[in-house]
Amino acid sequence: DQVLHIVPETFQQVQHLQLLCSTFILDLWKPLLPEDIRAGEDLHIRVPAPLVQEVKDSLDQHMISYRVLIPDVQKLVDQSMPRERSSHRQVSGGYVYTEYHPMEEIYQWMTQIQKNNSELVTQHILGKTFENRTMYYLQISQSSNKTKKIIWMDCGIHAREWISPAFCQWFVKEIVQNYKTDPKISRFLQNLDLYVLPVLNIDGYIYSWEEDRLWRKSRSSYENGTCYGTDLNRNFNSSWGSVGVSFNCSSDVFCGSGSESEPETRAVAQFIKSKKSDILCYLTIHSYGQLILTPYGSTTKPPSNNEELMQVAKEAAAALTGKYGTSYRVGSTALILYSNSGSSRDWAHTIGIPLSYTFELRDTGTHGFVLPANQIQPTCEETM
Amino acid sequence: DTDDVGHKYYLELELEDVLDTVSQTVNCTAEVLYPLGSKTSAPDVQVTVQGELRSTEEADKEFYNWIRSLEKELVAENIPDSHGNVPPELEPIHLLAWVASGYVIWQNSTENTKFHLAQVKHVKQVKRSDEDLQFDFVLLLHEMVSQEVLPWEVTLLWHPQRGARVSQS
Repeated sequence: DQVLHIVPETFQQVQHLQLLCSTFILDLWKPLLPEDIRAGEDLHIRVPAPLVQEVKDSLDQHMISYRVLIPDVQKLVDQSMPRERSSHRQVSGGYVYTEYHPMEEIYQWMTQIQKNNSELVTQHILGKTFENRTMYYLQISQSSNKTKKIIWMDCGIHAREWISPAFCQWFVKEIVQNYKTDPKISRFLQNLDLYVLPVLNIDGYIYSWEEDRLWRKSRSSYENGTCYGTDLNRNFNSSWGSVGVSFNCSSDVFCGSGSESEPETRAVAQFIKSKKSDILCYLTIHSYGQLILTPYGSTTKPPSNNEELMQVAKEAAAALTGKYGTSYRVGSTALILYSNSGSSRDWAHTIGIPLSYTFELRDTGTHGFVLPANQIQPTCEETM
Repeated sequence: DTDDVGHKYYLELELEDVLDTVSQTVNCTAEVLYPLGSKTSAPDVQVTVQGELRSTEEADKEFYNWIRSLEKELVAENIPDSHGNVPPELEPIHLLAWVASGYVIWQNSTENTKFHLAQVKHVKQVKRSDEDLQFDFVLLLHEMVSQEVLPWEVTLLWHPQRGARVSQS
């Protein structure tokens, strides 16, 4: 449905508009009654979707100019409804993937998804966080007798980037829902295992729900409990501490007391090291920025397989844009974003994982970290 | 597109009205000069808008009258909320906060910063004896390079005809 804005110029136009309103029984928003339509005064009419073209044609025929005031009435209605009643829900077995979930619910979700899809998904312990919470990853693996290569994806290394864990959950849902019917996915799974860590920085994520929505780091304590948090994405052993970091605990890019000083970093690093000969691709999901970043952040010197890295990334960006037109930029962190050292992506590449990428999801600053939940679905669909 | 000549940038921009995406975009050009050496003065900005921006007279008047009709001064916090939602009636406040953040960002930008408004932490209306509306904001600005989110206090004055002015920050 659309709402048109018209200012009739002549009495004939007024008459024609009154005729249109009664013939098509159009919904007059302004004025209230057709008899109150006047030349020179604003007219707002809502035209039901199936009649839009016909009405516009009729206006054109009578040389009545109009402007579309509201291109999609339903969209506006949905936006103004409390989210529980929005019609764009994606629910699978009761879990709402188009909403942000606190950590407790994500823990429950992991257990459920394994239970409901035990032939494909298994839950494993990766390690513990500073505040002693268990870090779990999900292994998506179709049983077969050949050893498969691995794709690793972690989300939520930075607490405030809520769209990131939302994407990991969405991703898992998409795979388990469609692996039997979608030929692309089933072919994938014949040759590859997927390892997904839905929330890397659990302590930080919880803190962003309970105390400070814009918190970024972990919650490890320093300086006798007067200062908290390491930027986990500056804590890995890749030129640690050299650039784009701070040694001051109160900074948002505090790189920790040493490389891999944080339990979360060690948990991830240990696991990846143990599997590194089989890991084909390392993905780490962040927001915001709409970027696909390749190594390195600590230097502009390109990695040895830069051409391949860039080509794959460009194809990914093109496929993403194809969905909703969202544009992503592709390139090395040091060139298109900023210099930084100690990032997980750089580290993964230096230990030998050929394809290593950071995804910065929507948006580009309009909402930033506080991306509305109604963008979860389109963001996840295009990233998929 | 930017062609940079020393520390002067020439920009060609396309403006789109996010509240009226059906209407035509408007082109504009800008020249931004970052003062050499000086880290404490704001870049000099000259903008030319080629075309007209649509009239918002009616919406402005509605908002103005609504605020003036409130018995108690408007107070709100966390816009948008943690889930990214903004109640529709607070959308104009959100937009005014955006304008205010634009001023702060302009005043504090260098060639090595990239600011965005992360969230409106707090807003308080202050009733005035003159015709202006006054809003005291606490804005959270995110700086991309340092990744810091810093609070900024800004006072914005607004009037339907006279537009927005920052009175202090």
